[in-house]
Amino acid sequence: MSSRDVILGRIRDALALAPPVQQEIPREYRTGRAMPKGELEELLTDRLVDYKATVHPCEAAELPATVARVLREAGCKRVGVPAGLDDGWIADFDGEVVVDSPCVSAPQLDSLDGVVTGSRVACAETGTIFLDGSPDQGRRALTLVPDLHVCVVDLSAVEVNVPEALTRLVPERPTTMISGPSATSDIELQRVEGVHGPRNLHVVIVR
Amino acid sequence: MTRVALPSPAFPPRAPEGAGNLRGSESFPDAAHHELANSQLRRNISNATHTIREKRLQVTGELPDWEQLRDSGSAIKTDVMNRLPELLEQFEAAVTARGGVVHWAQDAVEANEIVAGLVRETGSEEVIKVKSMATQEIGLNEHLESEGIRAYETDLAELIVQLGHDTPSHILVPAIHRNRSEIREIFLNEMADVDPHLDDDPASLAAAARRFLRHKFMTTPVAISGTNFGIAETGTLGVVESEGNGRMCLTMPQTLITVMGIEKIIPTYADLEVFLQLLPRSSTGERMNPYTSMWTGVTPEDGPQSFHLVLLDNGRTAALADKIGREALNCIRCSACLNVCPVYERTGGHAYGSTYPGPIGAVLTPQLAGMHGSHDPNSSLPFASSLCGACFDACPVKIDIPSLLVELRHQKVEQAAFGSEAAAMRAASIAMSSSGKFTVAQKAAGLGRLIAGKKGKISALPPPLSGWTDARDIPKPPKQTFRQWWGSAEGQREIADARRQAHE
Ligand code: SF4
Repeated sequence: MSSRDVILGRIRDALALAPPVQQEIPREYRTGRAMPKGELEELLTDRLVDYKATVHPCEAAELPATVARVLREAGCKRVGVPAGLDDGWIADFDGEVVVDSPCVSAPQLDSLDGVVTGSRVACAETGTIFLDGSPDQGRRALTLVPDLHVCVVDLSAVEVNVPEALTRLVPERPTTMISGPSATSDIELQRVEGVHGPRNLHVVIVR
Repeated sequence: MTRVALPSPAFPPRAPEGAGNLRGSESFPDAAHHELANSQLRRNISNATHTIREKRLQVTGELPDWEQLRDSGSAIKTDVMNRLPELLEQFEAAVTARGGVVHWAQDAVEANEIVAGLVRETGSEEVIKVKSMATQEIGLNEHLESEGIRAYETDLAELIVQLGHDTPSHILVPAIHRNRSEIREIFLNEMADVDPHLDDDPASLAAAARRFLRHKFMTTPVAISGTNFGIAETGTLGVVESEGNGRMCLTMPQTLITVMGIEKIIPTYADLEVFLQLLPRSSTGERMNPYTSMWTGVTPEDGPQSFHLVLLDNGRTAALADKIGREALNCIRCSACLNVCPVYERTGGHAYGSTYPGPIGAVLTPQLAGMHGSHDPNSSLPFASSLCGACFDACPVKIDIPSLLVELRHQKVEQAAFGSEAAAMRAASIAMSSSGKFTVAQKAAGLGRLIAGKKGKISALPPPLSGWTDARDIPKPPKQTFRQWWGSAEGQREIADARRQAHE
């Protein structure tokens, strides 16, 4: 008998030896919450800043200038972008732009000063940004290896709480949830920003 | 009439003895005695548990629907245990449909063999690892080492534990028993090419770990992880973490091997809305942990192109066969119960001898690995609690740990019906049934003073009383019994004094 059959057999035996009591699942927690745009932006910003991300709000027309300013202030000369990123977003950046593809190796990614991507959805109450590998977000390695991540979040894609945000995701896509930059509290519980992931997270919120 | 005998269900086996890390080498009280002597450990743990406790209360208090989330989380997990066969089959089909390969392991021995075989197939002699309770439980690193495969822990705390040739002492912050200067020493001694001027500032130490592991992340072809959940409906797995080492391991290598306990199933993708709210807030006291990675099988041109999932029993089905004890399988390993436990706070995690310390460990470990007689260290674990109930209040999935502990104590006494605790209880009930016998027994108890000696405690009694002292110390009996005192000249004098004072 295969181990699969053995284990499934054991589970059935276990449930026969101690028959389960039927379980109803209550779902009384809050779902489907909404909030006026201004409050939503305020809440998201508060949470992101609390997690040591840097927030740059702007109007849609100011996006290219904002992205260029953030990259310049961070001293970025070479930045990576996913293949599906809107060219207009980085039109004002005067450094080198490397378009990612699966052939770009890890050391090449490591040589980038930063990366600019879009995002799928964000959750205001927890300050979380969800990336799902869509063409404007790219493969997972791109937002992981470079030390600085500039992530553009459109206010229309911000939800109040976790349940609302999850409904916007496609389960089968590889999904990364980001709440601030990499951090650890392992040494005497002192929080240190930046271990293995990007040590700097800049969020550009487009109104 | 012919009778057909249906096969009667058999009680599933516990995790095998001698494999993995579900059993310490000494009883909880003995281990706790050494640990209590370590004041550094006590200070660190007390500091950590109090800090996390406060953060947790703050962020759980922020949610007006916290109790409703707990109710849902608890009910979803109970429902999972009720429907485990069908959910596992659904999960397996979904993972396979997306290009993953599913393996089943009956116990630690089989799981270790499967993983080592998979690593050998890749030709690599090195693997990088994400912190995982399941692989710690089965002793995977030790097994890989015996097969000539070097496993690198990449979580900072796990790295500290590994380089320090040490064992973890907390589910969430495994190196909590170490301070910064000890960590600096470990790094200087064990890391190749570390700057000899490294100072003990946490930021410098974290940066040293980053440098040490960066090259490994970029070049090691195989990663091994655990998982925080597996979603039956979609075949999606998820790892919740902070440092990005998890993202690195789950993304950079060509091959990913994940070891998952069969109880980690959740039914639907939408159920994440409950656990992603419960877990980080209970665990680190954050609204959300910095990083969560979710993947389903293999995604072409993104991340590992070969994905293996090892589904692990190792005593979980034995826990499931106990209608009260099975509740412990609902645990989502947040560690909130450790941080509120007055016993854990003083002894730290090592005293429990198992991968799973603290209140949940005291319940889960004996259930997975069994309590084999009074000399088994695991038999002492159900007594490693004051039953104060703080763990129950803190648990995000409402596991009634105190009741489970009481049930296990009961089971232990039942199992030990011949020879130890039950015999002690029988002796006590006979002695107490008549005043004459009781007086004799009380006199005999005076002997206890001799056995107790200078420690002032009796920590080992001969059988059958050893079943009792295996798990706890008995305070030294008083010099004389009440009856002896009452009958003595000193006693009579004191009573006369007391009467006089009362009349004045
Ligand atoms: S028993 Fe509850 S509180 Fe303890 S680790 Fe498990 S889920 Fe957390």
